[in-house]
Amino acid sequence: MSSQPYVRPISKTTWYMRNGRYKRYMLREVTCLLVGFYCFLAIWGLAALAGGPDHWNSFLESQQNLLMVSVHAISLIYFLIYMTFDWFKLAPKAMPVQLGEKKLPDRIIVIGHYVAWAFISLFVFWLAGVLT
Amino acid sequence: MSIRQLELEVMRYDPEQDEVPRFQKYSVPCEEDWAILDALNYIKENVDTTLAYRWSCHMMVCGSCGMMVNGEPSLTCKTFVRDLPDRVRIEPLENFPIERDLVVVQDDVIEKFQKANLYIVRKDDPPPDDTEYTQSRGALYKFKQYTMCVNCMCCYAACPQYALDSSFIGPAVLALAHRYNLDSRDQGKSDRLNILADHDGVWECSFVGACSEVCPKSVDPAAAIQQMKVDGAIEWWKQKLPGGKP
Repeated sequence: MSSQPYVRPISKTTWYMRNGRYKRYMLREVTCLLVGFYCFLAIWGLAALAGGPDHWNSFLESQQNLLMVSVHAISLIYFLIYMTFDWFKLAPKAMPVQLGEKKLPDRIIVIGHYVAWAFISLFVFWLAGVLT
Repeated sequence: MSIRQLELEVMRYDPEQDEVPRFQKYSVPCEEDWAILDALNYIKENVDTTLAYRWSCHMMVCGSCGMMVNGEPSLTCKTFVRDLPDRVRIEPLENFPIERDLVVVQDDVIEKFQKANLYIVRKDDPPPDDTEYTQSRGALYKFKQYTMCVNCMCCYAACPQYALDSSFIGPAVLALAHRYNLDSRDQGKSDRLNILADHDGVWECSFVGACSEVCPKSVDPAAAIQQMKVDGAIEWWKQKLPGGKP
């Protein structure tokens, strides 16, 4: 080893600007801010529910304006792209299925996730009274 | 055979003369079937004998010729001139200290390879001399993909986690550890997970996935790491259950 190996500096704050791959990763990871926002919203909603009908109705009213509807719509699209589609695509990496000498194609595992998602969504809609 | 002139910008660093690395330009007449490694060999043989870089087999087996080619960690023996623009920048693998020119200091990763028990561990008595550990083809296919690693360390150059914190054990070591964990002849998984499912192991990985995207042998270290996370979690719960080993 030489006496002076050169260590290239790396920025702790802007490293992800180095290439498109890292930028896409950060776009996915930034969903954590939305998760935090929805945790806050859920706690606020629960507190309103515990406070009685007036509190609950004013909470619902606070969500029914253009700003909040836009926030929810953008969040939904963002979550779909960067959490649902992205994570479902990666699922076969974390849980490969081998049958005998053959690996189950990744496509089948991904489709399985979408089918499970559809069934769970239907159950939640039924629970919420949307489906009767 | 047609000749194409390629402008190569090669990072140079002489520890005895340079404070920081610099780029040197070479104009190389490349034949159409050349890989970048051929262009470097042309420079070394015809233009500048002082250029330092590692290579050995020129057939994607030795894993020595990993470098950054236009910012992408690549094996230069399988990065073909015909797939590149007229101007190509060649740098030593990112995230490693530069020893000289395109040669990096690999000591850190080599120590990690040694630490991770990357061999078949048997805890029972050795079998008689005339017997073998047999294995079905299905059992082999469970881990075969991970045996393809040639230790080129392109995955370490792509991993931002390793870049920011070199205590992370890193993709290639974890992929190879997973290879032995999946081997039906091995009995060392639990010991290995004690090292590799610890703070500097799989849980440091935030699944950027860059390691798998750049891997020249399609080993998919990111998949191995996510599977080891599952294994590590199961092992942890097993230890917590009544009667579990501490």
